[in-house]
Amino acid sequence: MKLDWVSGRVELTHGGGGRAMARLVDELFKSAFSNPLLDAGNDQATFTVPAGRMVMTTDGYVIHPLFFPGGDIGSLAVHGTVNDVAMGGARPLYLSAGFILEEGFPLADLKRIVASMAAASAEAGVPIVTGDTKVVERGKADGVFITTAGIGVVYDGVEVSSDRARPGDVIIVSGTIGDHGVAILSVREGLEFDSEIRSDSMALHRLVETMVQVAPGLRVLRDPTRGGVAATLNELAQASAVGMELDEAALPIRPQVRGACELLGLDPLYVANEGKLLCICPPEDADRLLAAMRAHPQGQDAAIIGQVVADDHRFVTMATSFGGRRVVDWLAGEQLPRIC
Amino acid sequence: MKYVDEYRDGARAREIAAVIGAEVQPGRRYNIMDFCGGHTHSIARFGLEDLLPPSVRLIHGPGCPVCVLPTGRIDSAIELARRPDVILCSYGDMLRVPGSGRDSLLKAKADGAAVRIVYSTLDALKVARQNPDKTVVFFAIGFETTTPPSALALLQAHAEGLENFALFCNHVMTPPAMRAILTSEERVPLEGVIGPGHVSVITGSQVYQPFAEQWQLPIVISGFEPLDLLQAILMLVRQVNNGRAEVENQYARALQQDGNPKARQVIEQVFTLRPSFEWRGFGALPDSALSIRPEFAAFDAEARFALPYRSVPDHKACACAEIVRGLKRPQDCRIFGTACTPDHPVGSCMVSSEGACAAHWAYGRFRDQQQGAAQ
Amino acid sequence: MCLAVPAQVVALLPDGMATVDVAGVKKDVSVALVDGLAVGDYVILHVGYALNRIDADEAARTLALLAEIGQLDEARQELLDGGAA
Repeated sequence: MKLDWVSGRVELTHGGGGRAMARLVDELFKSAFSNPLLDAGNDQATFTVPAGRMVMTTDGYVIHPLFFPGGDIGSLAVHGTVNDVAMGGARPLYLSAGFILEEGFPLADLKRIVASMAAASAEAGVPIVTGDTKVVERGKADGVFITTAGIGVVYDGVEVSSDRARPGDVIIVSGTIGDHGVAILSVREGLEFDSEIRSDSMALHRLVETMVQVAPGLRVLRDPTRGGVAATLNELAQASAVGMELDEAALPIRPQVRGACELLGLDPLYVANEGKLLCICPPEDADRLLAAMRAHPQGQDAAIIGQVVADDHRFVTMATSFGGRRVVDWLAGEQLPRIC
Repeated sequence: MKYVDEYRDGARAREIAAVIGAEVQPGRRYNIMDFCGGHTHSIARFGLEDLLPPSVRLIHGPGCPVCVLPTGRIDSAIELARRPDVILCSYGDMLRVPGSGRDSLLKAKADGAAVRIVYSTLDALKVARQNPDKTVVFFAIGFETTTPPSALALLQAHAEGLENFALFCNHVMTPPAMRAILTSEERVPLEGVIGPGHVSVITGSQVYQPFAEQWQLPIVISGFEPLDLLQAILMLVRQVNNGRAEVENQYARALQQDGNPKARQVIEQVFTLRPSFEWRGFGALPDSALSIRPEFAAFDAEARFALPYRSVPDHKACACAEIVRGLKRPQDCRIFGTACTPDHPVGSCMVSSEGACAAHWAYGRFRDQQQGAAQ
Repeated sequence: MCLAVPAQVVALLPDGMATVDVAGVKKDVSVALVDGLAVGDYVILHVGYALNRIDADEAARTLALLAEIGQLDEARQELLDGGAA
């Protein structure tokens, strides 16, 4: 019954609700995530509802490989959920975490993931206050799936929403694009290459707090995860019924990310980010906001990358460096590496 | 990035475009066809058409090996992939191309078939070594640029005795495509050709000499960066203006007149000409594609598996056949943007990232809307 | 078809392989198609195979030509302006 953290594996009994499961939850999850709400030992966390408007978000993490340069599924889950709350213009309060474990998954790997989550949660100052564990048969999960929920309180006077972009607004990105997706690809079978690119996975709520203080009138916040900046801007253009014009020369991209994208035939605009945000703000706030972001450790490479325009067709277009113009299309599915 | 960034200088691009604008003669037409999907893609991605005068018309030809591969061959690949004893390795470009009945390698993968995207045949060899109990078939496509890697992979498998590796060969050649375009009864009049850059790294530039002579057609082999293409277009405009019809090499930094003899020798060692091969848009063309030599039959997927070829006509409304021949533009296709979009492609021109339709959808279709609005 | 990228050889390996660098990203690729490569040379890399060496002199020549094209036009334009004035 003793848990072998070195060479042990998840067994079906660990999800069975009996002593084996209680042991796993206690020794692993509760000890790693320990905080007063969680330590109370109930199936739910009880707290006073703070005043103001609240946001709630939920997410599922099914990433493969589980471990990658710059993070793992655990830290990604914390950062991603905190960010989803922050993108609502809100201060994150609490997280929940549900684990679906595959029978046979190495306990050493699980411990590593949980430790990573605990570290990310502590660093962000957002505790995991409730959780759940299930085990499914071998082959029914990719090692581990993590589902989360997060809640937060909207900052006073702030109202951000995907439908609030207006012609004339300025589009700002908080830093370099494509880092996360390229880091994942570099360890994916069939495509491996050596690089120093690490995932940018990071909690952005402190940056958001600074931003809303400097420019409470900002209109849209969104983190460009799957599908990259291109997907996110297309979604926002649709929601706000506007067009967008980007400037290719203004996009911040690390040279190694460019190199990897050239190698595989990928466009950095479509590559996932996990530690960046897009902000759309009124033009009069842009310079002040950009300066504040650049002064913040999470926004040092922030840049203005375009503007919102009136466009019934809701195209996102981009000026190439030659005065040419192209559409930044909303892809049907995932961008695939190509040879042609 | 060295050898890339210098050829993407925007100010220089505008200068060259201005020179092109100044040198085109009034009342003269400059229809220029490219024979390389990479060029199609670059032209669209960098918005080069915006910089050119209206008398210079860039027409996309059959240089996209994904676009010219007929449905029947894609069906065979999907059939192979669906076999439980096979792992099919493929370049990413082929995953979404529709076969018959809207099936595709991606759909087969979703159904449980073992389909793996690889960057290189080297990776396919690795998969074969790691999976001795399966037959690992590499779906080989491409013009002359991509043929040597397939040849080397087969030779490597042979040297290692990697018996579970096989190649499904669909390699095609550029000169027959050029000949087919130029000899079609129904064809778009051309004043010049942008020759394929990386194909020519392998073949050399002399292979185009007969076309320049017989059809009095200027041909300039071009690199892929915007400045390469603009310089090549300027060179073509000057040839047209001066009544010359020569093969010129703009991509001198990457290719010599004689190409890469070692690469050609390796191709010759492994492959032989197929008497006939069906091309989308052209029907059966003689001596236009490659098959694996009999001595390497052990590594030939077509020899190891029964793969009866069924010619499948394109969907009635699909205009890929005319588009790869430059007779229609994507926006001329009845179903472009309606029944046929990247979400649900009907033909391969919409799926391949260098297909004219995909390029136009991805990069250029906003111009149609603007022109429509202007009217 | 021809997605290929200039890559610099940073190490020669046995069995016709080499480590190349593209803007800081390294990959082991085949150089079986190109003879006489040295560390520091640039190659055209396509699907994991070097297709040919890039000729640095020709590259410089092309860039110089490209620069000239614009200048010739300026010079001609000045003449035209001078004539018109």
